Amino acid sequence: MFLNPTNSPSVELSSYRDQHFKGARVEQEKLLKQSTTLYIGNLAFFTTEEQIHELFSKCGDVKRIIMGLDKYKKTPCGFCFVEYYLRADAENAMRYINATRLDDRIIRLDWDAGFIEGRQYGRGKTGGQVRDEYRADFDTGRGGYGKLMQQKIGPTDPGFVR
Amino acid sequence: MAMNSRRRPLDDDDSYERLGKKRRKVPENQDVEDRLGKLIVEIEVGEKNTSLGNLEGLTSVLEDYLGTYRAKVLRILTDCAVKLPEKCTTYSTLVGLLNTKNYSFGGEFVEQMVRNLKDHLKSCNWNSARYCLRFLADLVNCHVISANSLLALFDNLLDAVKEEEVPMVRKDWYAYAVLSCLPWVGRELYEKKEHELNMLLTTIEVYLNKRSKKHLAMLRVWSTDNPHPQEEYLDCLWAQINRLRQDNWTENHIPRPYLAYDSTLCEALQHNIPAIIPPPHHPSYKYPMPWVVFRMFDYTDCPEGPILPGAHAIERYLIEEHLHQIIELYHYERKECAQQLMNFPYKLNIPLEYCVIEVIFAELLNLPSPRYIEIFYWSLLLELCKLKPYTIPQALAQATEMFFFRLENMNVACFDRLVSWFSYHLSNFKFSFAWDDWEASVKFHPEHPQPKFIREVLLKTMRLSYHQRICDMVPASYAPLLPEKPEVQYKYCGENSNSVEGIQFAQTLTTAIRQKSPNEQIINILKDIPNPLLMEASGDIEPRFNPLQIDVFVQTLLFFGAKSFTHSFVAINRYYEVLKWLAESEEAQLSVLRSIFELWKTHQQMLVVLIDKLLKNQILDCSSVANWIFSKEMSPEFTKLYIWEILYLTINKMSKHVNRLTKELSEMRDKVMNRPPGSSDSEDEQPPQIKTEEKVTEEMVERMEEKIESAQGDQKNLFLIIFQRFIMILGEHLVRCDTDGIPHENYWYKWTIGRLQQVFLAHHDQVQKYSSTLETLLFTQDLDPHILDVFHQFLSLRG
Repeated sequence: MFLNPTNSPSVELSSYRDQHFKGARVEQEKLLKQSTTLYIGNLAFFTTEEQIHELFSKCGDVKRIIMGLDKYKKTPCGFCFVEYYLRADAENAMRYINATRLDDRIIRLDWDAGFIEGRQYGRGKTGGQVRDEYRADFDTGRGGYGKLMQQKIGPTDPGFVR
Repeated sequence: MAMNSRRRPLDDDDSYERLGKKRRKVPENQDVEDRLGKLIVEIEVGEKNTSLGNLEGLTSVLEDYLGTYRAKVLRILTDCAVKLPEKCTTYSTLVGLLNTKNYSFGGEFVEQMVRNLKDHLKSCNWNSARYCLRFLADLVNCHVISANSLLALFDNLLDAVKEEEVPMVRKDWYAYAVLSCLPWVGRELYEKKEHELNMLLTTIEVYLNKRSKKHLAMLRVWSTDNPHPQEEYLDCLWAQINRLRQDNWTENHIPRPYLAYDSTLCEALQHNIPAIIPPPHHPSYKYPMPWVVFRMFDYTDCPEGPILPGAHAIERYLIEEHLHQIIELYHYERKECAQQLMNFPYKLNIPLEYCVIEVIFAELLNLPSPRYIEIFYWSLLLELCKLKPYTIPQALAQATEMFFFRLENMNVACFDRLVSWFSYHLSNFKFSFAWDDWEASVKFHPEHPQPKFIREVLLKTMRLSYHQRICDMVPASYAPLLPEKPEVQYKYCGENSNSVEGIQFAQTLTTAIRQKSPNEQIINILKDIPNPLLMEASGDIEPRFNPLQIDVFVQTLLFFGAKSFTHSFVAINRYYEVLKWLAESEEAQLSVLRSIFELWKTHQQMLVVLIDKLLKNQILDCSSVANWIFSKEMSPEFTKLYIWEILYLTINKMSKHVNRLTKELSEMRDKVMNRPPGSSDSEDEQPPQIKTEEKVTEEMVERMEEKIESAQGDQKNLFLIIFQRFIMILGEHLVRCDTDGIPHENYWYKWTIGRLQQVFLAHHDQVQKYSSTLETLLFTQDLDPHILDVFHQFLSLRG
């Protein structure tokens, strides 16, 4: 009846479920509800671990940060995982960091069932994230046009390097 | 169910209206309880009591349910009275109306509220207790409780202020609790029991005059009362109540639906409150800390429009209380919180944006610490900017300017918090700001709070972006305040070839590390490094460490991992044994710190993160870090914020360690005695799992007790070191100024004494434990009064 901290909307699971998760849906959801790991999306390619650490430390001690990498180039491709020691700290990140800006971009947070080796790589055909394969907009922070478009019109500036 | 076929068709529709109008026999299902709950929680009488009909409707519905659902209704109502304190008068009217229809229910309600009050007092739920008490007071307005019995309750509670040998904060709370009811019930008591009311006020006044307010200095955001007085909270409320009294207790802020029903309510029989006394003080009781009322605006600061009530107007108190309550209720959902704040019921009468901003900063800058995590307030302000883009950003800009130009008198901890907030806020708005406005302060003394603020903000914004960005965002005149480019500075690199001692070893090590050689191999390489201390040492004295060894390894390893935090952490983890072998003594650890500093001095964030990691790994002891911070060679860095970031994380690590062990011990003790563990921690509703753990023996408990004793010894030692070093440097400064005949209050002194205060305040819970040791060993009577004063301020916090 009254706002319960553990059930409040900001902390709820989104509708995303990892298709590569090895196990039943129910199992995945159980892990998500206990998780201290967050997926961070819509990062710029040049956003560094240091910047992420500075922001996310505001919610508690960060256990580790795993940068998402292009599968072939092994360079950051716009996402990462942030793992806290405590669930409560991760919940605070969901409440207060989700949909705020890092590197001038609105970042999106979601629960993650837990990092496993291999999950730090983009799953798009060309090595980055799937969303960068198909998007039609020009995003300076994420390599310009989407990969498919680049194939048609020619490569664009790979986002300025700092 | 078989009954279905016998039911008349109309019964199938069991909506609220049908329940209310037709007064049918109530269907027995859980659904009803939930719907009742919803109705009660959501009841609104509207602004200026426009929807009183809702209240009457709800009363008649509840009346019907008092038969079967009495306990549930009772529980929901008593819950709402405390959890929705801003709707106190709505619910008290409801109870009043119910009391007229069902006297025994009224009696049960009062009894339950009193029981709850007692429980809250025993459990130290101070806010809930206060809301409970206020509700009981308001019930006098609804003729549910007799004025006499309320006064008797107040008298009993105020007995606490006459107690001896109890903490002042206990007495304070009881005085505050009673005073804070008077805006609601003052008028009624004045009309019916003026003499008793005056006696009550005299009791409080006598107490307030006796109070020591030594702690005030430590809790003020600004050290000056110019332009707005920073009053102690009880003094402020007392002044506000007195103003109210002068106005014959008329106030116009609190909505009073019960006035519309006066004739009905008057006919009810009143109840007497069962007598209760304040639960006697117990050493484990923690009372609320005193606070200073934060004032940053008065009516002259606000634009044309509704007037901001003065500092001693009771309306100011009521508005602030209400806004703080909204924050309390919604702090888990920042969007909802922002909306609720901007939907404040009386927003047309006040400059709402200014009130909201003042209340938010009151919480953010609260001493010793904010009620909630800092980033909550930061993100709340962002939401408010989004919600009201035409009013909030301007008011916030005005607030920022005021803060900046009043920095000279601001408490050091608040300074830190503003730096953190402002840099974060800028990072959400593309760092755009009217930097020109502050240009004049670039030329001030570098330790003046204004240029220091800018410098530290630039450093923090740099952590959230990158160096060039920061350089580009400020005007050229800001060049002296720009941070250095954070870069690793490795002295053993190729260009310096043969001039640097140890460079050959560095190169060998680099190759070995690149090849991921095992720890023993690295140690063997290091053993060959000559010890410069041996040259100096006389004969038999074996130096306890080899600074060259340490420097070559630490710098080479961390240079190898310089690419990112993760790279450095991996390097540290891989060569943990080597580091442990090298950093055996305190002098060796100081040497390690020196090497790290030399390598990374332009990258403050890296220094903080590396030291945190090495503390976590227990390669460094907390005491070494503390000694390093106060060392002579670090004095150029001493007033920079990152140094204090490091010291606080060091103290916190120690505190967390002690707390964790203490918790483990108490859990172990429970297991030994087969007690169920503290139930408050379980969040989910699954039945407790039977854990297949080893049995906890007495021996294990004893070992844990030893561990804690040892940890507390380390903690005490850490505080002793820190305070002793403060005393030494401050003492030296004071003596030097005295000898040279110059005033001691220079910028360095103000920062340093502020930091001393901050250590006491931020960690008072932990420092508390060692008060008597500190008093005996360090803060003795012969100490300079300026320094001793800070210690006395700290003692009076909980006195």
